Amino acid sequence: MVHEANIHVHHLTRVEGHGDIIAVIQGGELKEVRFSVVEAPRFFEAFLRGRSYGELAHLASRICGICAVSHRAAALKAVESAFGVRISDQSALLRRLAFHGEVLSSHVLHLYFLVAPDFLGAPSILHLAGTDRETVKRAMRLKGLAYDLCKEVVGRHTHPVAMNVGGFPFVHDEAGFLRMKERLVDAVEDVRETVSLFQGLSLPSFERETEYVSLKHPAVYPFYEGDLFSSESGSLAPDSYRNAVREYVQPHSTAKYARWNRPEYMVGALSRVNNNRDLLGPLALEAADRLGLERPCHNPFMNNVAQVVECAHCLEESVAIIEQLLETGLRPEDEEAEVRPCAGRGVGAVEAPRGTLFHEYAFDEEGRCLEANLVIPTAQNLANLEADLKAYAPALVDREVSSIEQALEILVRAYDPCISCSTHVIRLDRELSIP
Amino acid sequence: MERKKPRIAFFDFACCEGCQLTVLQMEETLLDLLEHVEVVAWREAMSGGSDEYDIAVCEGSISTREDEERIQRIRETAGTVVALGTCANIGCHNALKNRWSMEEVLELVYGEEAGLFETLPARPVAGVIPVDYRILGCPASLPEIETVFKRIITGQPYPLPNDPVCVECKRNDHLCVLEKGVMCLGPVTRCGCDAICTAYGDACQGCRGLVDQANLEAAVRVITASHSHSIMDAVARRFRAEPERIRTWFSLYNGPDLPVEQEMTEHGS
Repeated sequence: MVHEANIHVHHLTRVEGHGDIIAVIQGGELKEVRFSVVEAPRFFEAFLRGRSYGELAHLASRICGICAVSHRAAALKAVESAFGVRISDQSALLRRLAFHGEVLSSHVLHLYFLVAPDFLGAPSILHLAGTDRETVKRAMRLKGLAYDLCKEVVGRHTHPVAMNVGGFPFVHDEAGFLRMKERLVDAVEDVRETVSLFQGLSLPSFERETEYVSLKHPAVYPFYEGDLFSSESGSLAPDSYRNAVREYVQPHSTAKYARWNRPEYMVGALSRVNNNRDLLGPLALEAADRLGLERPCHNPFMNNVAQVVECAHCLEESVAIIEQLLETGLRPEDEEAEVRPCAGRGVGAVEAPRGTLFHEYAFDEEGRCLEANLVIPTAQNLANLEADLKAYAPALVDREVSSIEQALEILVRAYDPCISCSTHVIRLDRELSIP
Repeated sequence: MERKKPRIAFFDFACCEGCQLTVLQMEETLLDLLEHVEVVAWREAMSGGSDEYDIAVCEGSISTREDEERIQRIRETAGTVVALGTCANIGCHNALKNRWSMEEVLELVYGEEAGLFETLPARPVAGVIPVDYRILGCPASLPEIETVFKRIITGQPYPLPNDPVCVECKRNDHLCVLEKGVMCLGPVTRCGCDAICTAYGDACQGCRGLVDQANLEAAVRVITASHSHSIMDAVARRFRAEPERIRTWFSLYNGPDLPVEQEMTEHGS
């Protein structure tokens, strides 16, 4: 039993970016617990001002090495919405395929490299190279497959090239897609093995119901397209996100928090599965059943499991998209033809691997960016993560300090925080100025 | 007696961490590499971590006092420091904020709370400490990372490639994107990327910074001048290529106030 402890996990390991966990125990009671973002801010919203619309997607991609496709696509959607650019069905399908590659690579990275070591008793997956080489090689294989899928569609995983305003400046290689399809089909066994691996891990049984927010689309499991959806209040057009996302300040913290209907909400794989389970493919549903993912699920640790389910979905859906592309045949597109910059503003909303991502830009008549607002999944999850930490931590005080630290780290990691992305703490108190 | 493996540590400063991810992409090569080095610290990939290491691989830019102290400590500890990626070498997008005052960018992003934060003008790792090896690229490219790691292990220097991207583009038989009427920074940009952007019909954005002795003004003139070459005229018209606009484009990766050449130790010369 710990009576007094000041826990400060400085620069939490095996997460993307820099964050600290702080917990204070006094007289055997938990007094305070929070997660603090300590990333050196990079000021994207400041330096995007004045840049030409054609550079925004390129620059936005550099916000995050893991979810570069998502940032690039959110910027493209915002620009295209502002200028009224319509892309071809082929381009939309290719972008959707790029998302599947990115989500698969991001989830595999998180599940195998960041999460699994907690449960396999190793400081890193590389330390398992001697004892459990097959698991390490499977992780590498799946990640390699996802990277190569991105490469086939957008040149590389980090940072995509040639996914531009209006479309793609090159014709994709049908033979390459055919080979990729075969590799994806062969990888089904690796995904099933991944399900088995996570079946064998015992995740903490902790539940706290919250508001689940994601995109939702009538026909496809949403990454690239869809309206906003909250488990509390239903659908909303992406353009109206400012009517839903509200920020507020907590007296104990310098960070700003986001609310939708409840004081906190969750975005990410678990929210997507909770809101869109009907649209998962058979392999994903098989994974959900084997892993006991209930509907709806209120255990934040199960975000890991929802990611495994999404890996299965991405694999299967990528095969279907490639088949569709090959059936129609790939045609050249004149990427810049229809782009006519004009004054106005545009919002792009997508599902990044870690949840709903908003980019909003205002433009002058030359297509130069006047203002930018970027709302990142991890910033939206911050309030929910702290609410979970507060609900979960009191049950831990009878453990040793190191065990409390580890349990809190595992909860933070389940959220897969992507702190490099946190371009700012949420700030939505004013509209962009519209020219 | 078996020779002790050199201990390698990875460090990240302000950046997207995409270069570390590229290292993780090595797959089988990474497992082979582990036969020759011992990874002792890598916050993104492992728990724990040692303060004693021989090789420090650093990505990102320095924009806080804490990071400034951290990079100095790393330099004091490591025999070999590698600046990985464009952020660590020439500042990349991080340095774009340097054209405004720090008060202004803080106010813009944090509003009334601006006073709670502090930020310094961003500088690349290689602009704060002398480094032994430099790997450019946004992100750094995997074959080059593997080459440099082999050089480090075998104690050989790695001079930066010093041709314009056009050389690699031509060698790979890519269609010149200028021919399609798309402006491209390939003629003045340092190569080493195997011309990946033009391979997909996209323009070079200059992510490795300028090649040594690049004649920037001549490049601006070539792209913007009204001259007899009809294709170049079409390019210039289509992109309303005023000189100032091109110069702004050139500064995407080379921070506006940063020197292109940095202090180097003998390894990278």
